Amino acid sequence: MTQRIETEVAIIGGGIVGASAALFLRRQGVPVVLLEAALCGAKASGVNYGGVRRQGRGLEQMPLTQRAHELWGQLPELIGIDGEYVRSGHLKLAFSDADMALLEAYRDRTRGFGMNLELLDRRALSQRFGWLGQNVAGGSFCPEDGHANPRLVSPAFGRAASALGADVREGVRVTSAEHDGSRFIVRAGDELEVRSRYLLNCAGAWAGRYAESFGEAVPETAIHPLMMVTEPLPVFMHVSLGVQGGGIYARQVARGNCVIGGGRGVSSGPDLARPGRANVGALMANATQLLPVLQGAQVIRFWTGVEGNMPDHNPVLGPSAKVPGLFHAFGLSGAGFQIGPAVGEVLSELVVRGQSSIPIDAFRIERYTDAAHGAVARPESVREQTLESP
Amino acid sequence: MSIVMPVIIGAGPAGVRAAQALVAQGLRPVILDEGLRPGGQIYRQPPPGFKRSKSVLYGFEHRKAKAVHDTMQELLSQVDYRPGSLVWNAEGKTLDVLRDGVSTAVPYTHLILATGATDRVLPFPGWLTPGVYTLGGSQVALKFQGCAIGSSVVFMGTGPLLYLVAYQYAKAGAKVAAVLDTSRFGDRLAALPGMLRAPGLLAKGLYYMGWLRAHGVPLHSGVRPVAVHGGDRVTGLSYRQDGQTRTVDCDAVAYGLALRSETQLASLLGCQFEFNTRDRNWTPLRDAAGRSSVPGIYVAGDGAAIAGADAAELSGERAALALLEDTAAHYDAQRAQVLEARLAANSRVRDALERAFPFPVDWAESIADDTVICRCEEVTAGTLRHAARDTGAQEMNRLKALTRVGMGRCQGRMCGTAAAEVLAHAVGRKPADVGRLRNQPPVKPIPVRVVCLERPEKVST
Ligand SMILES: Cc1cc2nc3c(=O)[nH]c(=O)nc-3n(C[C@H](O)[C@H](O)[C@H](O)COP(=O)(O)OP(=O)(O)OC[C@H]3O[C@@H](n4cnc5c(N)ncnc54)[C@H](O)[C@@H]3O)c2cc1C
Ligand SMILES: Cc1cc2nc3c(=O)[nH]c(=O)nc-3n(C[C@H](O)[C@H](O)[C@H](O)COP(=O)(O)OP(=O)(O)OC[C@H]3O[C@@H](n4cnc5c(N)ncnc54)[C@H](O)[C@@H]3O)c2cc1C
Repeated sequence: MTQRIETEVAIIGGGIVGASAALFLRRQGVPVVLLEAALCGAKASGVNYGGVRRQGRGLEQMPLTQRAHELWGQLPELIGIDGEYVRSGHLKLAFSDADMALLEAYRDRTRGFGMNLELLDRRALSQRFGWLGQNVAGGSFCPEDGHANPRLVSPAFGRAASALGADVREGVRVTSAEHDGSRFIVRAGDELEVRSRYLLNCAGAWAGRYAESFGEAVPETAIHPLMMVTEPLPVFMHVSLGVQGGGIYARQVARGNCVIGGGRGVSSGPDLARPGRANVGALMANATQLLPVLQGAQVIRFWTGVEGNMPDHNPVLGPSAKVPGLFHAFGLSGAGFQIGPAVGEVLSELVVRGQSSIPIDAFRIERYTDAAHGAVARPESVREQTLESP
Repeated sequence: MSIVMPVIIGAGPAGVRAAQALVAQGLRPVILDEGLRPGGQIYRQPPPGFKRSKSVLYGFEHRKAKAVHDTMQELLSQVDYRPGSLVWNAEGKTLDVLRDGVSTAVPYTHLILATGATDRVLPFPGWLTPGVYTLGGSQVALKFQGCAIGSSVVFMGTGPLLYLVAYQYAKAGAKVAAVLDTSRFGDRLAALPGMLRAPGLLAKGLYYMGWLRAHGVPLHSGVRPVAVHGGDRVTGLSYRQDGQTRTVDCDAVAYGLALRSETQLASLLGCQFEFNTRDRNWTPLRDAAGRSSVPGIYVAGDGAAIAGADAAELSGERAALALLEDTAAHYDAQRAQVLEARLAANSRVRDALERAFPFPVDWAESIADDTVICRCEEVTAGTLRHAARDTGAQEMNRLKALTRVGMGRCQGRMCGTAAAEVLAHAVGRKPADVGRLRNQPPVKPIPVRVVCLERPEKVST
């Protein structure tokens, strides 16, 4: 027999985006039902590298990432745990003078967004970070960026929402979502039917299909960033490392393990990905080059995840162009962990106040759905950053 | 007919017999084995230069050991045997094999996984004290290095291996301070009718017990570990029996509660798993011949399910015959039937053995909160229980994410079963219902500086 629930807001997907939307809605007393196919935070949100950085993001993401930065600062009040979040600093390296020039240009363009980027030349780097490889040309340091433990943080958003009264249902896979003219009808097979005034499409790499079912086909693809972790090593590095232009990134957790990312895993079915033999060798080689101390260390695990990606590496965030009451938030393109909480808050504002206090125009779904009319406007970008270089 | 490039992983009894059957039909399998000499666990050979004879090393099994070693010796010119090779990743039809610091890609058309087993580790207070070994580990020390783990050793746990290894230690000149069996005498009595199907095995077991008793070794049944004593080194062990706590002095403890199949590769290759109630563990789904759920991949020996060395030989050969059948090569269908019948008979004996030496189902509830379950990450039973209670974790991968259990060097190969027992008990479910840890490469830790050769090498056929 089908269970039927009436609610104000239905959410598809309990990643950091969907769960934080549920949390912020409950903080304002809005009835919410969140449907998660697996477990909250079990997908991209729970398996990512854990980089919590603003540096490197495009200008269009600056207001969002700034707000997220404030929210990360309140993490324990938000979700009840510290999530191993540390403002360790984020150091983005340049291996050539040309890349150094790009870092400088980036600093100039993002002045005023509170990142306080500090440019360091080769000498300054070797003084402060003696463990770095020799071939570094310079770097840009963002003192208040950092990292956190996604395995702990993302599920905690789901638990926090639930504790505030959200009806969070794990292991419930949405099979259809439609609008009957007055309400959304969201079904999970024959088991469950949720009717709601609003619907939030937060299904991560799987969200494109819901957009499409509402007549808004978008070119969302799935990517699988490749990760590895070493055995615990004596602590030598506190900052989170990235590289201008992407390719490899690394951090060390309190326990001593180095978490290193770069390259891609491979898809092994619609819902799953695996590290893939193609790129693990390159990742290991790059890692020892970046961090010579890893020469004597051992890798204990490779892994990857399934993440939604958009062609311009910006999310789709905001109201549907077709169906009133439908809001999209997906395609965070390999960099959504940091902005996730702010995205959730924006969604709650869109529901409660009909508008967001943060500019999100660059993320409109129309930039893709209108593409057929030649109207796609790529915002002026400073995306030296790629999704592979948190 | 397309070229068949079979690869066998494991040169224990299962792998060797599989290779023999393939060679008999003119195939030239690649045999990959982490060990430096063939024989696997039970017929593990000491490094060259060690002088102990096979009859001393393998006791009653020395003829079987010799047969397996000799077979491998005869096969050497007809197989591509690569000792010291760790298969650390598997994907599609390619294996990543680490040997001497270099990783090469080894392609195959058909794969026999004969990867064996390791001890099933179930912690108890004090188990991290230096001088505490797993039962299998204590035997490896003796077989491989000719070393005893101590001069006065307590053997504790359950299963036929318990008495065997105690006997081997005593024969080798170590003092066996006690053999403490967690199963009860009544369990073995109840299993007796079933055990009569395997009179040889029964006789051996009784012989070991009789010999130990005759040499003054105290044998106790129905015991439960309380704690290992000692700081830098084991000084003793206390246990409960009939409601009383007793202590025995010793300088080493060998502890073992059966084995756990080594299944990482089957998992990486996408084989389906099932919960094997007799093993109390997840093992690859397979048919009577050893075919896994993935075409072209076969599982044999203890890596498929715990069945012992004789069954390993049978199932290795049977899997090879299945491979031959599947590649339309000649295969002896009658022999296949004989093997299956013997495996079925062996399985009934296994049932009886499990009855004789049952898993201590009260282990998970009895273990104290401060006992470390995952030693790589220092995760205690209490941490696991609190995570289950406070976060609603009901499943192993979620428990791992929240507590780090199984996130260390062994990636759950050692602590996974114990953690699953604790979780299942904490949430009031069966071990089968808390799932199994997802496996990822590498199967064992590999150096970051490993050189991965890009181009798959050509396999000689
Ligand atoms: C390996 C990796 C490394 C990364 N590193 C970083 C980093 O360092 N820093 C950073 O900022 N970002 C990083 N990211 C990106 C970041 O993880 C994602 O952008 C972010 O987690 C996306 O959150 P989400 O909630 O949109 O998606 P998800 O976490 O994928 O959540 C979507 C949820 O929807 C559920 N769902 C899907 N379909 C259905 C359905 N039909 N019914 C019910 N539920 C459904 C899924 O089960 C899933 O839980 C990384 C991503 C990966 C994969
Ligand atoms: C420590 C120990 C001691 C034992 N002692 C006895 C005993 O005394 N008597 C008894 O009856 N039974 C004993 N057993 C059980 C016995 O091992 C098995 O019944 C029998 O050896 C199983 O044979 P097999 O061929 O399936 O596996 P094994 O003999 O275990 O051989 C498996 C081989 O595969 C190799 N391998 C596994 N994974 C990989 C990989 N990823 N890459 C490369 N190589 C790999 C291993 O190194 C090993 O050489 C023991 C088990 C253990 C773990």
